[in-house]
Amino acid sequence: MIEAFEILFTASFWVAAIRIASPLIFATMGELICERAGVLNLGIEGIMVAGAFAGWLTVYLGGDLWTGVAIAAMAGAMFGLLHATLTVPLGLSQHVVGIGITLLATSLTYFTYRIVLPEVTSPPRIASFQPLPVPVLSEIPVLGPALFNQTPLTYLAFVTVGVVAWVLYRTPLGLAVRAAGENPSAVEAQGISVTAIRTGAVMAGSALMAVGGAFLTMSAFNSFFFEMINGRGWICIALVVFGSWRPGKALLGAILFAAFDAYQVRLQQITGGAVPYQLFLMMPFVLSILALVVMSRRAAYPKALMIPYQKGER
Amino acid sequence: MRLEPKPAPSLATMLAYPIGAMAATFVISSLLVLAAGASPFSVFGLVAKGAAGSQFALLETLTRATPLIFTGLAVAVAFRAKLWNIGAEAQLYAGAIITVVLGTGLLPLPAPILIPLIMVVAMAAGALVLLGPAILKTRFGVDEVVTTLLFNFIMLLFVSMLLEGVLKDPMGMGWPQSQRVIAEAQLPRLIPRTRLHLGFLIALVAAVAVWVIMKKTTLGYEMRAVGHNPEAARFAGIPVNHVLMKTALLSGGLAALAGFSEVAGLKGNLTLDLSPGFGYTGIVVAMLAMLNPLGVVLAAIFVAGIFVGADAMSRTAGVPSYIAQVMVATSLLTMVVAIMLTRFRVRWR
Repeated sequence: MIEAFEILFTASFWVAAIRIASPLIFATMGELICERAGVLNLGIEGIMVAGAFAGWLTVYLGGDLWTGVAIAAMAGAMFGLLHATLTVPLGLSQHVVGIGITLLATSLTYFTYRIVLPEVTSPPRIASFQPLPVPVLSEIPVLGPALFNQTPLTYLAFVTVGVVAWVLYRTPLGLAVRAAGENPSAVEAQGISVTAIRTGAVMAGSALMAVGGAFLTMSAFNSFFFEMINGRGWICIALVVFGSWRPGKALLGAILFAAFDAYQVRLQQITGGAVPYQLFLMMPFVLSILALVVMSRRAAYPKALMIPYQKGER
Repeated sequence: MRLEPKPAPSLATMLAYPIGAMAATFVISSLLVLAAGASPFSVFGLVAKGAAGSQFALLETLTRATPLIFTGLAVAVAFRAKLWNIGAEAQLYAGAIITVVLGTGLLPLPAPILIPLIMVVAMAAGALVLLGPAILKTRFGVDEVVTTLLFNFIMLLFVSMLLEGVLKDPMGMGWPQSQRVIAEAQLPRLIPRTRLHLGFLIALVAAVAVWVIMKKTTLGYEMRAVGHNPEAARFAGIPVNHVLMKTALLSGGLAALAGFSEVAGLKGNLTLDLSPGFGYTGIVVAMLAMLNPLGVVLAAIFVAGIFVGADAMSRTAGVPSYIAQVMVATSLLTMVVAIMLTRFRVRWR
């Protein structure tokens, strides 16, 4: 019992929690941008798969790490463009298109993987991002290594939250994005195209989702394998709701969630197989559903979420 | 650009756009085949031959279509009422679990009693799995897309837990698999020495039954009304939440039959790879059929043909069989565009 409690004070636990949180932070910010503009992006799971693969492939073929991140983001933005083209001007069901994008991105990735590596059973590893300790700060006990001895992509995840929050709340562009999700005709009345804002938001959001996927291949596992996203995208959708569509709260949600995930792995080791390990693996998904239920009462959905906008229509 | 509703489309347009969607799918897939360094004509020729080129191929396609008919119907029923059930995969496994729990010797009953009994309980289990998300939707306003998706992962872990625990086959050499169902719980083969089993006929019956429910009963009318416009339906005195519950029960039950028929008709036991995504493919099947229950049968056979044909093709032509998944996903997207174009005219200004 005391052992289970002591975990919380070990540096390795918090290092793991922040590492697990990083891809979730990217993808949650991506989904948040889309939804703030009024588009539910269920392509997230597939876009993360595509991003994980694109980043890994770039490095595997000899590109450097940051080029890999950029290629992953571009791949994500392309799927975002496809999603936006179908859901924004054409106004197609965001549910069906989103699932379609997930199926397409996943299957295209697997197809390409098999073309690049026809007969490989265990996927090759790449030289991934290495931890970059921040001088002095990383010496702080427990929290130092967790926050200041991570890979550059983790730092980028935290910077992204700041940038997203700043753009959304402090710039005219952010105002237009938020208005597109709340009251699109007001945006149009300002002479700004709702179609352009929503399309841009979905592309930018999808790029972030892909970088979230790329984190897994380029900063966590060092190679690409099938099923590696394993529902993380869907969990990020729950995290957006949990964070009430606010970047700061969503960040907190992602860290809390990741801390729980890191905790259950360690708890598994303590219980030593007395409890089936599947129960522990279920917890993230159960927790996501619980979060959705708890937050549902207070959920302040963007009012135009999932409602297609047609110019000149009331 | 703007979209203008078209007056009632003629039969020609109703057919032209979906055919165009299929053509677009083949063009896009051809580009990928070219990228893989093969000739699209020979590759698609091999796919067609592998899917329907012989009696064996054709029966294999129908066998593969069987679970897809069930999941396609489950999705079609739910989507008609705008209940976004993306969790057919979980409901399928619920049906499969019941089949091995009741079918491996627990109930020593003759087949004519045992099989219908398993079917009913399996359907109830699948219905129960979807009832959770449906209640969360109607009571708390939680989006059922996310909850049903999350349930898929929970269910797969639950199955894994059972297969390493209470349902583990003691003679399974340590593999996570259940015992085999007894002879009385097996669905007989329709043609001796082939894999096509009674489940296919049950699927056809289910399609007709769902068609009758959708077109000829009050429930079907209410489901369509709720799907068309829930506010108007509520205003017209239709108990929207009740209708959504009934839709969920029907949809979950149908998806569970896919798991039942795969175990009782084909595989004989439960494993973690019982379904290679039949639940998700069911969404494509339902959309290709434009949510028509009878169309689901044709769409399921078409999609199954692509999968079976691509497997055969990849063995000889060397193009990865994942081309089948790409084609299926592409056809979903081209099809939703086609359905929209039958109803709206795009005006460019």
